Amino acid sequence: MEFEVFGNKDTRSGFGEGLAVLGEQNPDVVALCADLTGSLKMDAFQKAHPERFFQAGIAEANMIGLAAGMTIGGKIPFTGTFANFSTGRVYDQIRQSVAYSKKNVKICASHAGLTLGEDGATHQVLEDIGMMRMLPNMTVIVPADFNQTKQATIAIAAHEGPVYLRFGRPVMPIFVKPDAAFVIGKADVLAEGTDVTIIACGHMVWKSIEALKELHAIGISAELINMHTIKPLDEAAILESVGKTGCVVTAEEHMMNGGLGEAVSQVLSRKYPVPQEYVAVNDTFGESGTPMELMTKYHIDTPDVVAAVKRAIARKSIII
Amino acid sequence: MARKVQFFIMENTALAGIASQVRRDIVRMVSAVNSGHPGGSLGCTDFLTYLYFEQMQHNAADFQMDGKNEDLFFLSNGHISPVWYSVLARAGYFSAAELGTFRKLGSRLQGHPSTDKNLPGIRMASGSLGQGLSVGIGAAQIKKLNQDPTLVYTLHGDGELQEGQIWEAAMYAAANNVDNIIATIDANGRQIDGDVEEVLSLGDLQQKWRAFGWEVLHMDGHNFDSIRSTMQQAKSMTGKGKPVVIIMKTEMGQGVDYMMGSHKWHGVAPNPEQLQVALDQLAETLGDY
Repeated sequence: MEFEVFGNKDTRSGFGEGLAVLGEQNPDVVALCADLTGSLKMDAFQKAHPERFFQAGIAEANMIGLAAGMTIGGKIPFTGTFANFSTGRVYDQIRQSVAYSKKNVKICASHAGLTLGEDGATHQVLEDIGMMRMLPNMTVIVPADFNQTKQATIAIAAHEGPVYLRFGRPVMPIFVKPDAAFVIGKADVLAEGTDVTIIACGHMVWKSIEALKELHAIGISAELINMHTIKPLDEAAILESVGKTGCVVTAEEHMMNGGLGEAVSQVLSRKYPVPQEYVAVNDTFGESGTPMELMTKYHIDTPDVVAAVKRAIARKSIII
Repeated sequence: MARKVQFFIMENTALAGIASQVRRDIVRMVSAVNSGHPGGSLGCTDFLTYLYFEQMQHNAADFQMDGKNEDLFFLSNGHISPVWYSVLARAGYFSAAELGTFRKLGSRLQGHPSTDKNLPGIRMASGSLGQGLSVGIGAAQIKKLNQDPTLVYTLHGDGELQEGQIWEAAMYAAANNVDNIIATIDANGRQIDGDVEEVLSLGDLQQKWRAFGWEVLHMDGHNFDSIRSTMQQAKSMTGKGKPVVIIMKTEMGQGVDYMMGSHKWHGVAPNPEQLQVALDQLAETLGDY
């Protein structure tokens, strides 16, 4: 159960590098930022292509409207701000001017979830996946590490239509191969197993990799799926795996309400009901602390994945 | 049925004739489905008629979403969709017969404008207020990036200016020298709950726009000479570093006597008897749909 690690970086830097690559590759890509250029790592694009970079200031609603309008001349706008200000603050603008109008805007959201850390609950959005996956026409992507965030950033430019790309602040291990292909809507099976299926996204993929080691040590064979695309969800990958393992644990840095786990449970309840356990934040706001302290306190850490696996497997033996 | 719109200075009587038919379309459309917004639609009829039949360079026969090398128009106060739909149809974007589907199930003429069903002439959904200025500014900036010399026009209600996003956009456009956009404010002084002055006063609107860095013009939205001279002046002011806004004085319900002088017909449709009274005041010039 060994995973090759290619160093440690934050996923937001993957976005910044991907955007810089797009700047060179595709003259139609433009970028907008709401006074967080450094935090979003958009400096490289800004420096190389000042004519295609638009500083919106602290005015996110206007930024989303600008981006929607910029699609009309054939451009592909990437907006950048924190996940909280990329979604809840501008939900109506996204709903009407981007999703309903089917505009080719890429909403790129950093500092998502608890791992934003010390800034506290005002900035720690845990509802954004739910808000975005409820919108028709919206694609929702939560890449797992630096390499995958870079790959996803490049991939979404080639996808026609609105996209929500969610990433974060903490430095985490890199385990996706630098040359891996990113296919929207196609899950990555990271480990094969027979006792349980762990379906994770974002930073929780690494936490689940850590859990695999512990599970292996106690004789549990877990299959691990990196569900980097929440919408459209790779139903085939879920059903194929669950058909083999018979139970599921979902793991996400998001509210239990509205997130990856709920998306997976919709598939299972309709097509293949099996026990499911959730590793997610349960109907509470976060608080200040270091990213890893918060993951522990709010039960989205490696031991929580292990415990959820044990619960899910135990429920398989209950005869209904 | 689509035809290429000719660009020339029109006789005011010709414009007035089109506007009269557009007003007939508006009251017939809303009355037929007993819903929709006649008041603001009638108030903006002369402006939109002028815009589409004389001011803008646009291609009704071959609508392209990207709008390259043609003037763009965004209706930010989307509830006055009846006037826009009628003007688009009468300008040749789609058949006037389709106006009869307004607000009906499956229609391309949704209650508020949308791109969802691919109605030619519409490039952005609107209805939730305050978003169209940002959209227009974004489109205008890309015209500059694409070295496209054509212009962007937007229309807003005065009540809509109570939305904060309008002022985010206003600040942005001036700070970034977006000088290829002409925004027009439908200053009818009315909104759903009453007079704008009573609901939430806009204060000194001219001073507000000036303080935000815009060139400000005024026009009479029911006088084609005033509209023409102001719009030509606005166009001559583009390309000089500042965005341009026109405060257009209008009367909600213009052209139908019992709808004028009140906010009551903002979002209420006339019943069949009221419709007949309205139609008796509006000449049929181009043929009813």
